[in-house]
Formats: sequence, C-alpha cells, structure tokens
Amino acid sequence: MIAVVSYGVCNLGSMLNMLRKINVEACEASTPAAIEKAEKIVLPGIGAFDNGIKALNALGLAEPLRDRVVNGKVPILGVCLGMQLLGTGSEEGVQAGLGLIQGGCVKLRPPEGVGVKIPHMGWNTVHPKKAGPLLEKLDAPRFYFVHSYHLLCKDPTDVLATAHYGMDFTVMVQRGNIYGAQFHPEKSHRYGMTLLGNFAGV
Amino acid sequence: MHIARIIPCLLLKNGGLVKTVRFKKDRYVGDPINAVRIFNEKEVDELVFLDTSATSAGNGPNFRLLEDIASEAFMPFGYGGGITTLEQIRRLYSLGVEKIVINTAATNPGLVSDAAGLAGSSSVVVSIDARRGLFGKYSVYVEGGRRDLKTDPVSYARDMEKRGAGEILLNAIDRDGVMEGYDLELIRRVSEAVSVPVVAVGGAGSLKHFREAVEHGASAAAAGSMFVFHGKHKAVLITYPKYDEMRKLFE
Repeated sequence: MIAVVSYGVCNLGSMLNMLRKINVEACEASTPAAIEKAEKIVLPGIGAFDNGIKALNALGLAEPLRDRVVNGKVPILGVCLGMQLLGTGSEEGVQAGLGLIQGGCVKLRPPEGVGVKIPHMGWNTVHPKKAGPLLEKLDAPRFYFVHSYHLLCKDPTDVLATAHYGMDFTVMVQRGNIYGAQFHPEKSHRYGMTLLGNFAGV
Repeated sequence: MHIARIIPCLLLKNGGLVKTVRFKKDRYVGDPINAVRIFNEKEVDELVFLDTSATSAGNGPNFRLLEDIASEAFMPFGYGGGITTLEQIRRLYSLGVEKIVINTAATNPGLVSDAAGLAGSSSVVVSIDARRGLFGKYSVYVEGGRRDLKTDPVSYARDMEKRGAGEILLNAIDRDGVMEGYDLELIRRVSEAVSVPVVAVGGAGSLKHFREAVEHGASAAAAGSMFVFHGKHKAVLITYPKYDEMRKLFE
C-alpha cells in the first residue's frame, strides 16, 4: 500500500488513477497518523515551493514524514514539487525544505541565446547517471515535465538522472530509500507506469 | 531531447466527439473514451478537450464524462467549455484534469488570476479564438466564435499572461478544419508578445505544418482534423505520428 500525501497543493486524481491502472494499492494520507504507519510514500505537488512546505507544516506532516523516512527507512518518492521539497530550500521562496536531500532548488537558467522558454513544459528524454531500481526496465525513457526550478544536489552521487533543456540539470535523485522525480510519471504513459511499478517494488 | 509537443485538440458535443470546419458544420467522429484509449496506445504528448455544447447551451462541464476521460488518460490533458466559476475549476482539477482552458469566461477579470492562484499558472490555459477582418486586422472572438471582442489578440494575450495564464491556446477560426496550414503571422505576433508557451491550433493538415508553427514561435502545435480523419474522403480514423517521425521533424 502506497500512501499518497494529500496536503491540498495538488489534486491526487491523476496519481491515484495511474496507480490503480498498474494494480498498485494506494490511499490518500493527510494526517500524521496516516504517515506514521505508511509503508511507502509518494509526495506529489505542484505550484510554489513555500506554499508546498507551509501546507505540509500546517497539517503537521513534515515532521512525521522526516521521521518515517529517516528512522523508519520507508521509501519515499517526491514528484515534481514533491521532489523539490525533499531538498533544503529554494530560490523561489524563503522556507526551509524537508532536508532529506542536501541541496536547494534554483531557477532554470539556460544560457542566453539558446532560445528556450521557461517553464520547461513537455516531454523530454531522461539520462540515467547511476544504476537504481526506479529506472529498471526503462529503455530510452521519456517523461512529461512542467517546472521552472530544479534541484541542485550537494552530493553528486545523489543524482540518479539528468535531462537537457538548454542546459543539463538533475531530474531524478536517489539517496538510499529517498527518491525524487522532477517530471510527472503519472502522466507519462508506459514510461511512468514502469517507473511507478518499480517504486512499488522497492 | 526536448521536442515541441504535438497535441490532438478534440471537440466534445453532447457527450460525443465532433469535428468542425471554421467552427461550424460539426460532424460526429466517435466516442471520446474510445479515442482516449487509442491515443494512450499511440503515446500522444498531451490531449485537449473542448466541449462546444457546454458553452453554447449555458451548461457547465459534463463532470461525469470528464471523470471517465480522466480515469483513462495517462497523458496530461486539458479541458475547456462552460467553465465560469472557481468551484468548477477546483472540481476539474480534483478529477485529474491537469489544465483548465478558459475562453469566454476570461472576459471575467478575476477568474484567470483566481484559477492561477489555485493551482499555479502552468495549470491555466487561456484559449484565444482569433479571426482576421476584411482589412487584415485580427480580432478576438468569444462564445464559440460568435461574439467579436474588437480586441487585438496580441494585447489580449499579454493581458491574459499578466493575469496568470500559463499558456495560450491560439486558434485561427478561419483555418479550423481547413487543413491547409496554420495562420503563421498570427502565431508569430502572439508568440513574440508573451513569454508563456503558445499552442497553435487551426489549419494543420500535415507534419510540415507543425514544423512551420514551431518555426514561427509556437511551443506546441495542436490539431483536430489531422488526427481524426484519413484520406481525401475524410474517413474517420484516429492517427498520431510516431515519436521517431516527430523527432526527425524537429531536428
């Protein structure tokens, strides 16, 4: 059973639909109690960084999430803003992140003259930087992205995959039981199904 | 590698899929859920559904149908038609609609910014239906192309971006269903004026047209007829280019 964190900053319809499609049991988790007994956690999210972290704090979820992941060693997958929240903070706001991955988020700044618009919106290929369970059975994977900021890992060994959009940047992280994906696997056809299936199996 | 999105733009009317020519003469082309399943198999980049009956009849969105579509759509999808309130928008997001598309109701000054405040700009699309007048001047139309706002699409698009639109769906009414190419001048003007992505729609008949739209500044190209009709007799057949074809197209 995957607990999908419900904290009001995004709707969970797409994620729950996709998990149902691949026959993975999932439930919404919006209380500390639900997080404390979660066996596996998906942290989705869209919108601004500070809104996200404030919403987690307002429901009292940030501390139980950290505890469950650090001490309980429960696998967590942060998706889109959810991945950014795993870090220590963001240029987009002033709030501290969950601090599960060392490094903060910065705005996508492709070099001038490459002529790409921000946000990075649409499909892009993803290039693995190390072996990890999430990218198994995925050949030349591509995923759907919508974002203007990206996570900059302090420890380069945390980088699981990168993509290129005017510049190279980190789009997946893994540190032990902590995983993040900047793109939307729940909206990425068979690539997303495989990735979420891999997460369900870790 | 990032390539421009190619988006089927599908029209709903009373629960069925239709296709129009210049916003008129709608022809039934099939069942929307079936179409979504086929587009899943074809690994389509994104889908947009516009419900023409939701607007003209003064009805709100058909939530039941959209819930069915959302449960089958494993790609991002947008919905427009009959959206007038923030409550409807909230409900659409909660069903799993990624992007809401506002056309007529964008003339209500608060709705676009309220929607952007709810889920961020990238979930809010303003669709602009434009038509070129007798003397070559463009104007924005609402209410399914029936009411002329007597406003230039360039300033209108800028205004919508300011209010929080994260994307502009730019439709050339007189190109709709004609399949002879996009209105490239319109695309160039609006794309230059705003920093948010512009999705061109209206006129696509071949892959070459997609490339032209992107060369003129569009971030994505949408089409209707091209993905639902086949051959010169326009038999109904759902198609979508293969990823390799699209990659080559934009190389």
